Amino acid sequence: MRGPHDVGGLSAGPVDQTPHDQDHWEKEIDALNQLLAQKGYRKTDENRRAIENLGHDAYNTLTYYERWAGALARVLIDKGVLTQDEVDAKVAAVRARLARDAA
Amino acid sequence: MLAHGHDHDDHAPVEEDAKVHSYYWLLGIAVKELLIEKGIVTPDEIRRAIEFRDSITPATGAAIVARAWTDSAFKQRLLTDGSEAIGEFGLNMGGTHLVVVENTPDVHNMIVCTLCSCYPRNVLGLPPAWYKNREYRARAVREPRRVLAEFGLEVPEEVEVRVHDSTADMRYLVLPMRPAGTEKLDASELAEIVTRDCMIGVAVPKAP
Amino acid sequence: MGGDFSPGTRVRVREDFPLGHIRTPVYMRGKEGVVTRRLGRFPNPETLAIGRDGLPRKVLYEVRFRQADLWPDYAGGPADTVDADIYEHWLEQI
Repeated sequence: MRGPHDVGGLSAGPVDQTPHDQDHWEKEIDALNQLLAQKGYRKTDENRRAIENLGHDAYNTLTYYERWAGALARVLIDKGVLTQDEVDAKVAAVRARLARDAA
Repeated sequence: MLAHGHDHDDHAPVEEDAKVHSYYWLLGIAVKELLIEKGIVTPDEIRRAIEFRDSITPATGAAIVARAWTDSAFKQRLLTDGSEAIGEFGLNMGGTHLVVVENTPDVHNMIVCTLCSCYPRNVLGLPPAWYKNREYRARAVREPRRVLAEFGLEVPEEVEVRVHDSTADMRYLVLPMRPAGTEKLDASELAEIVTRDCMIGVAVPKAP
Repeated sequence: MGGDFSPGTRVRVREDFPLGHIRTPVYMRGKEGVVTRRLGRFPNPETLAIGRDGLPRKVLYEVRFRQADLWPDYAGGPADTVDADIYEHWLEQI
């Protein structure tokens, strides 16, 4: 019985060695992760736990940094730093703003 | 965003995936903006954290290896306490600890984090995508030699392939063997033959 | 279980499957290896993961496994090994 992250020893295909540079969004998620750990808002193991708790489908659908973004939101909401309501509202606002900008 | 392969048997259609990816992209932006609005982080801090991350590259680690090859007292310090020794380069490991493992004629070291993607970022920079993906993490502990062969490296059977699974706060860096034919190179020329993959353990340096 | 293992001690990884954030991969549970290094005392990641302070610290050991002991059909070299860093409460002396 394994979490979706515990993959040591499982069968898998060839290692895809294609290089992938971080895009700007990924760099920002990485930076937020570093800063929140440094500032003591959440511990590395809290972050890992949130990622491990995603379940197999989510873990394998989301990209590496999407998992981090999801964990960031989840842990901050669980700890009361953010509320689900304000996150939902902000997602809607960003979506609307980007749609207006694109129009 | 990274391409990924996974089993679609029980999985939602690809159109639903696109909506999920779009949502997570928005979520990341939303969290960033909220944290800035609340004064928890500033745009300047984000910029500086990105710059810090970008400032460390495999060349950082290569310089450490080259010094270890040319200064045996430093090499001893590095092998005894990696976290302390990199202080001589103005580097530090933050909350983790650096363990440098030396390749010898009897032992070839290879580093993995099967559970996530632990990697000596403060010495090598960001890990390559393959290091974080399922295939490497699953197979490095199970069939390391087949993985090494995919990277073009064959290790003789009598040599011990020692895989380090970074399960706790130790971060591992491979100190490769200095190849023959490099006796006349200085430290900066030596650093040029030490690639990131040599310090992860899926390659060995080649004399120019 | 636990105790202070000196390098050279043969140990077995507990074959338990608790829920929660565990840094002992499943592939090594129930397997036998040798302590190669005592790495020191660290806060427990299992309780850090739920927002606690991780105290009391747990002793962390580097444990070496023969590949032949991890996988029944290991097809690599006879001397091949896996090293992992495992907390004291996951190890039993054999």
